[in-house]
Amino acid sequence: MRQPQPSTRSCWPRARSMRSYAPAVSWILVAPAIAILAIGFLYPLLRLIMLSLSAGPSATYGRLLREPLYATVLASSIVTAVSVTFACIVLGYPVALAMARLRKRAAALTTACVLIPLWTSVLIRSYAWIVLLQRNGLINSLLIAEGLTQGPIKLLYTQGAVILAMTHVLLPFAILPIFSILRAVPNDYVRAAHSLGAGKVKAFFLVTLPLSLPGVFAGAILCFVLALGFYITPALVGGPESMMMASLIGQQTTVLLDWPFAAALSTVLLAITLLIVVAFRKSLSFSKGLSSVY
Amino acid sequence: MFIDQSSGVPALPVSAGRHEQAAPLRLRRLAALLGGGLMVGTVLFFLVLPTLLIVPMSLSQTDYLQFPPRGLTMDWYRTFFGDPDWMAATWFSFKIAIATTLSATVVGTMTSLALVRGKLPFKNTLLAMSLGPMIVPHIVLGVALYLVFSPLQLTGSFTGFLVAHTVLAVPYVVITVSASLQRFDPTLELAALSCGANRVQAFFRIVLPNIAPGIFAASVFAFLASFDEATVAFFISDINGKSIGRKMFEDIDFNLTPVIAAASTTFVGLSLLLMALAHIFGQPNDRR
Repeated sequence: MRQPQPSTRSCWPRARSMRSYAPAVSWILVAPAIAILAIGFLYPLLRLIMLSLSAGPSATYGRLLREPLYATVLASSIVTAVSVTFACIVLGYPVALAMARLRKRAAALTTACVLIPLWTSVLIRSYAWIVLLQRNGLINSLLIAEGLTQGPIKLLYTQGAVILAMTHVLLPFAILPIFSILRAVPNDYVRAAHSLGAGKVKAFFLVTLPLSLPGVFAGAILCFVLALGFYITPALVGGPESMMMASLIGQQTTVLLDWPFAAALSTVLLAITLLIVVAFRKSLSFSKGLSSVY
Repeated sequence: MFIDQSSGVPALPVSAGRHEQAAPLRLRRLAALLGGGLMVGTVLFFLVLPTLLIVPMSLSQTDYLQFPPRGLTMDWYRTFFGDPDWMAATWFSFKIAIATTLSATVVGTMTSLALVRGKLPFKNTLLAMSLGPMIVPHIVLGVALYLVFSPLQLTGSFTGFLVAHTVLAVPYVVITVSASLQRFDPTLELAALSCGANRVQAFFRIVLPNIAPGIFAASVFAFLASFDEATVAFFISDINGKSIGRKMFEDIDFNLTPVIAAASTTFVGLSLLLMALAHIFGQPNDRR
């Protein structure tokens, strides 16, 4: 290492430059990630797009436009994703508020309740919903015992089951971004509102809620994007009438073996997802949601 | 339910003049707090219910799914641990998850160092690319990986899974480690450098111990991201190499028995244990 220069003036820029790694070191550090992402992420996606065009665009993308079924599936995927997103925000906001406002132990308990499902396999949770919703499941037994229905009603393999189970899966993704924004809202603002005569309700609607909207927005976009491409849960708890984009892709690949068409459907789903993410990239700082609680 | 009561605690300090309130107003506030607590409690119940439900299911004596269970038995656990198919899938997933944890943690930590502390052009593009696998629908990535792996005979192979799961786990590591790097004060490293350490020494003696909790938490996330992953695994599995995700998917779809509940309970227990470890050892030092 070189000796530091005697003049303090010339020392400053050097000290500042030592804060960051040299470009060569930075490139070496980032090289493995670039390599693995190129092999396991970018190249496969490129191959997928090329396959979708291999038989000529009219055979795949033209078919997507010609047959009204596919527009219907896309529309129903969007409707499902919007319903799930709405449910996640409405149910998630109070929980995020509780996490941000409760005292230490209660807040930790609430956080645990949010994080446990997040790190439980989606398969296991879908399986639990099957157990709950099936013909002789817990919910039907309860309904019959209470005399609310005569016989078991069909709950599983419906659109409702898909929305319920997907809301359950995606709820933490709505709660965490809202929580991270709410936690950053200084308590002084709320206190200021109180001292100016606002009640709790008024202070919430005029101060806390507007300040937390970026978190709500980020959570909503995250939920929507994840819901749009969801495969496991709709495949297991949904029925034929709740066909989503991902189920359609799954069907094309595993049953009909029409890979070019499946590739075209995948490309469309990928394009929609990327468009949404790029359009709202400012409000989506992914690091906020997950890093705030671990 | 005790969750309701705990969430009914007023969190904000009430300003001095408000203690002298008329009784009806105080009652109304109490009712509002109880209502809010009930709402939060219901959502939390909704969140944890399905996970809790699996435990009694796995102990049920009936061989079809029934709740509440009649009689208790350990038979399903015996079946799970005795079935070569289940065990093969479990060990296969374990091996992949451990290898993924190692590779994703190393690659992700290096990337975080470069992104937070390095001098790079297109930093935002690199960040977006490394977080991309989190956002791209897993089914799209599954189909794409199958297209590449199938001609190379990598489907169902350890290598194939390792590549796919490392790609999926790196974003979690980058997010977690970047966060702890941003909390780390770089002047500490400068101090080490001015005391005569070189970059490598400063990194291993100063930076690494400081961000170690974040790296540990990141490695737990990477393990779970691989072990719990089902969609990509669905596409890149084959008859000879089946991850636990694929095996469970098949059984839930075609062969619904309480063995799945026994397997699920085992894996949820494992997840909870790892999460608890991440919580205990993964706390940033300044918060302890």
